[in-house]
Parts: sequence; structure tokens; C-alpha cells
Amino acid sequence: MTRHTLSVLVENKPGVLARVAGLFSRRAFNIHSLAVGQTEHEDISRITVVVDVDQLPLEQVTKQLNKLVHVLKIVELERDKSVQRDLILVKVRADARQRADVLQIVELFRAHVVDVASDSLVIEAVGAPEKLEALLAALGSHDIREIVQSGTVAIGRGARSITERAFDRASA
Amino acid sequence: MAQVKAPKPSALAPQPSALAQAANGQEMTGAQAIIKSLECAGATDVFGLPGGAILPTYDPLMDSQRVRHILVRHEQGAGHAAQGYAHATGKPGVCIATSGPGATNLVTPIADANMDSIPMVAITGQVGASLIGTDAFQEADIVGITAPITKHNVLVTDPNEIPQAIAEAFYIATHGRPGPVLVDITKSAQQAPMTFQWPERIELPGFNSGARPHSKTVQEAARLLATARRPVLYVGGGVIRSGASAGLRKLTDLSGAAVTTTLMARGALPDSHPQHLGMPGMHGTVAAVASLQKADLVVALGARFDDRVTGKLESFAPHATIVHADIDPAEIGKNRAVDVPIVGDLKEVFDALVPALEEEHLKHGKPDLEAWWAQLDQWRDTYGLGFVPTDDGLSSPQHVIQRLGEISGPDTIFTSGVGQHQMWASQFIKYERPNTWINSGGLGTMGFSVPAAMGAKVGEPDRTVWSIDGDGCFQMTNQELVTCAINNIPIKVAIVNNSSLGMVRQWQTLYYNQRYSNTDLHTGHGTQRIPDFVKLAEAMGCAGLRCESDADVDATIKRAMEINDQPVVVDFTVSRDAMVWPMVAAGTSNDEIQYARGIAPEWDRGEEE
Repeated sequence: MTRHTLSVLVENKPGVLARVAGLFSRRAFNIHSLAVGQTEHEDISRITVVVDVDQLPLEQVTKQLNKLVHVLKIVELERDKSVQRDLILVKVRADARQRADVLQIVELFRAHVVDVASDSLVIEAVGAPEKLEALLAALGSHDIREIVQSGTVAIGRGARSITERAFDRASA
Repeated sequence: MAQVKAPKPSALAPQPSALAQAANGQEMTGAQAIIKSLECAGATDVFGLPGGAILPTYDPLMDSQRVRHILVRHEQGAGHAAQGYAHATGKPGVCIATSGPGATNLVTPIADANMDSIPMVAITGQVGASLIGTDAFQEADIVGITAPITKHNVLVTDPNEIPQAIAEAFYIATHGRPGPVLVDITKSAQQAPMTFQWPERIELPGFNSGARPHSKTVQEAARLLATARRPVLYVGGGVIRSGASAGLRKLTDLSGAAVTTTLMARGALPDSHPQHLGMPGMHGTVAAVASLQKADLVVALGARFDDRVTGKLESFAPHATIVHADIDPAEIGKNRAVDVPIVGDLKEVFDALVPALEEEHLKHGKPDLEAWWAQLDQWRDTYGLGFVPTDDGLSSPQHVIQRLGEISGPDTIFTSGVGQHQMWASQFIKYERPNTWINSGGLGTMGFSVPAAMGAKVGEPDRTVWSIDGDGCFQMTNQELVTCAINNIPIKVAIVNNSSLGMVRQWQTLYYNQRYSNTDLHTGHGTQRIPDFVKLAEAMGCAGLRCESDADVDATIKRAMEINDQPVVVDFTVSRDAMVWPMVAAGTSNDEIQYARGIAPEWDRGEEE
């Protein structure tokens, strides 16, 4: 099984996320991550789905997704031809003694501290999944209290826009 | 007998588009808009049952001069009736139910229509918008429940969106691969005022109604058909849904290929056609199954390589190049890898493929299929469909069904439930035209037959409609005979009564050491006869007949054929030991087909000769 990142452009209608997610589960695919949000067109939302699946079943699920009336377009974003990012927030227990060490890790990974209390820090980091895994590993010797991660969002490299043509269809 | 006849649509009535023009801009309630929308969509017959959340809509429905509503006794009956109607006429079937249990009772027919690609529109009432999500009385999230089993569904809370939602539902249900669409409309939207506006055109940017067949792959398919030595057309229900029987006939005659029609495609090519080998699959003919196993080219036409056809997938048609034509791209390559894919409506596929094949014949000459046909004929002659009477001296179910087909004739519409009687009805009735065989193939819904026959008879009132049913199936949905009796829908029901859940019993005989766990129904010969089907029929306002021996079969069928002013139910009590043959055991290769119990065909005899 290999990891695939799909960008699914959908009409901004109620229930569309449930339909897309439901289709994956009905065909027994595990969604590794899911992110959804509006695009530059207010009528179109973009769902980024990361799945672990073989090529043939991936084709089948893509074809099934295409049959959903509110799905406009599906594009697979290949890793080397796209930028893929996750966002992570990590709450770490850190008093005065540990703070310097934690801040050094934050600096190394070009992360940010977005909340400070006398005995804790909240770290925000953005990056490819591998970088965030490395950050968590580096923080491993500290007392991590809470982790929250976004789904992966991804965009193709270069000037081409995948929304453009879908929008032409939607407004045709 | 009480007969309440709803008004039939007048032939002089304005066409739906004129109707829409007249209605546009009118102020009305959402409920009135639902009825007006059904009229504009061209619906003339709908099946349903009212309840609280759909009550506002039933009020204007009473005044409609164009929409005849048939009040069923259970919403499942409404759904299957809509399916039977759609299957018989090709027009979308319509069913209406209230919220909660009314809507959930439609789930089985919706799933059935989804599996068998039947165009259907289901309208359900929903609790008022302010009550949604509060676990209100008779609230069910029917849009959520039916999302995986509809082609599309939608919840409408704004009355102004009703016409568009219903127009889109009819469009989606009937375009591309047909299927069921559910429109769930809140009671508050039905009660609120709105301004009617029927959409001039349908704008669904994410909906693909199907591509035109690609000329390159069509040509490749033609070249293969012109050069194959052992070609078989594997015809599925898509040919029926597309109305493409004439095109299939042309391709059959031109190509000289062998033809098999699946359970969903029976009647797509007349059974009397000399190239027709019958049904493939688990209970298919030996010739049809063997032809696919030995073919060097399989042209799948609106078929989906279902497990009941392929048997063990890895060993299905092992020597064949596969051409697969279907309107749904998701079917192509889903189960079996395809060499030549053609996406498109079968009608257009035939329109392109027939001239392309003519051209190939000019180039290559017609293929020499003599050896192939010698082999096929030998299988046909040696292993023709047949049956032997059982030892118990009781009537043979196959004989009953065969005589029904012969006496009632090829213009009859036959429906069936699911099980042994379904397989025998598919095997032993000769179908000569499309849409005369209506059954539940994909979902395998017991109880489909009676309500589907009701719907078919409403759609085709001038045809004889025989519901062939089992004693198990009949006990699931026979209440719709009341609907038939009250509404003057004179269907005929043949209960092939073997006093058991016959197909399950057959598996218990073959695979569970004759341990008959929970398959005895006590309805047949020498039992308590609970229920007594003759009395039950009479209680429901139908004529009830009983036939207990082969000698009486013809006379009983003829008597039933003479009764046309009310529904007829015939209780044919038959042997429970009769089994469906041939058979490919579940999960095994089609090569393992048994002609009868313990008898496997000798495959290579022809090849050695």
C-alpha cells in the first residue's frame, strides 16, 4: 500500500463532507488525514484526503467519488510535484529550568511559541509530516501534555490552478 | 367490489413544459409546489402512504388531475411498485412516504433500485426544520441513512427550492446510469408560501450523464470481434435500461458471436434467437457458462462482472480478451481487468460498433466461427435445460413455471421474488422482448414480486402481469394485493409453494447435511397450511385458486387467465425436493459447474473430437 494525497473539489453544499468520507469508509479505505476548507471561490470547497491504498482500489474510489453529484473534480497530488503541509500544536510542560532547552528545539525546527504560562508552553509548527514527526521526537524527553494536528493540506507546484477549470464548469 | 378510480391523465392535457410555463410565478404553498413539480416532471402515477410530516402534500394531491396516487398498505410496497413501474415502462417510478418509519420503510426498495439501476424518485416528508436534530416524533435522518444507497439525495428546508430539487431528482434518476434519488422535504417547507419557478434547464456541474463512446476503442473492439475465434457477448441489464435491444440484435446478427443474457438482461435478445445460449452464472445454462470459460473474446455490454456471474473471479473467462462497454466508468475495471474499455450509453455504443464491425469485415472478411458453433451446439444439445420430477409424486415447480410462460405468452410481464422460483422463472420462461422480466437481481430482495407486479400493471395496464412468487416471499409483501383489489389492478400471482424457504433449503440439502434449520414454512401439501393462501387471497378481495398436481396445471392457469376483473392468486403446491440446476457452488470456479447433482459436464470431449 502506498500513501496518496487527493484534492477533491466539491460544491459547497450541506453534507458533502459526510458523503465523501462515507464513500471511503464504505469501500473499506482508511483515511489517514482529512482537511476541508473554502477555496478562492465561495461556492467551492476543497477537501484534502490522505489515504493508504493500492493503485487499483484508488482508481475505483476516485471513480466512485466522481459519481457524487457535488464532487466537481479530483486530482491526485504527487509528493514531488506539490507542497504538502500539516499544522501541529503541542502543549509542553516547561518550568524555568526546562524552558531554554524547549525553546532551542523550537528554534531548530523554525516553530513558534504561541502561548506561555509559568509552567507550560504551546508550540505551533507547520511543515511536511516528516518534519513534524521529527519535532515530536525531539520533544520526546519533555513532558508533552497535549497534541493536536490538522489534516494535511496540499497544493500543486507551478502556475496551474486546479480550481480554475472546475470553477468554469460550476459557473458554465 | 369497491373501486375507487383516480382520474387518469387526459390525452389532451398540456405537455409538462406548457404546464410549467403556466405555473411559473404563481404563489402557492410548498406542498402545492411538490404536486405541481411532479406534474411538470411528467409523473402520472405515484405510489405512497400519508403520515404527519407529508400531510400538507396529500391535501393538494387530492385535487391533481394529472397525478394518480395509489395508496399502498406498506411503504416498502410503494417503493417496489415504483420499481416495477419504472422497469416495465422505462419511465421513472415515484413513491411518497412520511418521515421516520415511513421513510425507513423505503430503504429496501431504494437499495434495490440502486443495485439494479432503476430510475426512481422518492419523496419523503421530514419533521419541521426547527425540530430537526431534536429526536422529534417520527424523525429519522433519511438523507444520512440513504446516502450510500441512492444515486443522490437532498434535504429541502426552503420552499422556494422545491421545484428545482424535484426537477434535478428526475434528471439525475434518468440520466447516465439510472438510479434512485430521494428528496426529503420538511413539513415547514411544505406549509410555507413560495413562488413557483420550474427550472428551464438543469445545471449540475458535478454530474456526468455519460461520455460518448470513444471511436478508437470502438474500432479496437470491432477489430477484435472480426478476428476472434471464440467470441461471446456477455449482455447485462444495461442493455435493457438503455433501450438498446435493437442495437444488440444488429450486433448479434452481424458478429455471429454467441450471446449470453444475465439475470438482469433476460429478454434483451429474444430467447428464440439461434445465437442465444441463455443465462450465465451460478444457475446459468452449461452452454452459457462454458462459452465464457472457453471464449477468446468476451464483450461485456452493460454488465458488471457480478460474483453470481463470474464465480471465482480469478478463474472467470481465463482465455478471454475483455471488451467492456458501460455508461458508468466506475464499472470498468472494477472486478475484472479490461483490455478495451468503452464508456457510453449502450445505444450509442451499438450505433458506433455495428458500422465499425462492418468495415472490419470488409477488411478481414467474416470470421470463421464454424468450429466454435459446433462446440457450442454440442454443449447446448448435451446439457440443455431440463428437470426430472421428484420422487414424492408432487408437482414440479419447473413444470408450473414453464407452462405459465407457454400459456401466457411472450407479451406477458413476469415479476418474481428471490430464490428458487426466481431462478426457474429466469430459466424456463422464454423471453422474447425487453422489460418483460422484472426481478430483484443485485440486492436479492425477497418480497419484491407482488408490489413490483402491481407497479408494472399500473404502467402497462393492457398487458397480462404474472407475479411468480415463492411461499416465503409472498408472506413478506402480499398485503399489496389489497391495494390491487381496491384500485382495480388485476395482477395474477402464481405462488410456487414448496412449503419452505426453498433456496436456503437447497443449500442445506447440499452443504449442511440435510439439517433443515428454520426453513420449513408449513404452507404446502400435507401441512397445517398456515396461512391458507386461497383463503388469504379471498380475504384480500382476490380470486383464490389451488393446484396440487401436474395434471391440473394447464387448466388452472387458463382459469386464472380468464379472471380479469380482480387480482388472482394461484397456490401451486409443488415438491420441496426440486432443486435449481445447473449450479456453480458459491466461491468455486465456473469450470466446476454441475449439470445436476454430482454430474459435471465433460469439457474436453468436443475439443478432442
